[in-house]
Amino acid sequence: MSAKVDIDGLRALLDRGDAQLVEVLPAEEYDEEHLPGAINLPLKQLDADTAAVLDRERPVIVYCWDYI
Amino acid sequence: MYDYAPSKEDWLARGLPTEGEKADASRAWKLARDDVVTCSLTDTVGDVRERILASPYGFGFVVAENGCILGRMRKSALDCDPSLTAERVMEPGPSTVRADLSPEELRERLDKKGFRYAVVSTPDGVLMGVVPRSVL
Repeated sequence: MSAKVDIDGLRALLDRGDAQLVEVLPAEEYDEEHLPGAINLPLKQLDADTAAVLDRERPVIVYCWDYI
Repeated sequence: MYDYAPSKEDWLARGLPTEGEKADASRAWKLARDDVVTCSLTDTVGDVRERILASPYGFGFVVAENGCILGRMRKSALDCDPSLTAERVMEPGPSTVRADLSPEELRERLDKKGFRYAVVSTPDGVLMGVVPRSVL
């Protein structure tokens, strides 16, 4: 389960310095533009292997295009 | 695990920096000028008249303490009792545009409505500036 955060919550997490920002949109959209420091893990390819790049000890923040 | 639920669209609409192929593209927030006159609801016409008349835009904005746009005061509305408050003479809730619009999108919007200026704000309604049609 994930906790929803707004822009202030996002900034607070990023200010910690250890958050991992993940864009789950397709690679083409990520390449066009993404939040600074974000890595790309497209949702359709997300599994245990692709998620292995993430450090389980650090907070992970995911985002897509808009509210679902 | 956290979910930045408002997501990329929200980030872009706030004019925040990005990375990627389009990161340097021209956007509304980059074109916006922040020299428009602002005042509070309780400021009087007498307080702001001279500043609005001297500004290049012919209007000013009434904003809340957090910068959220509440209304617009046009030059034409200032020929009145100078003791009237901004709240009394303003036009509430001017239309605004998103910060991440391209110059082409801005031009299309302004031309469609016959406006000379685009008012750029954040998703929360905080004023970022104005973009004159003449620069598009």
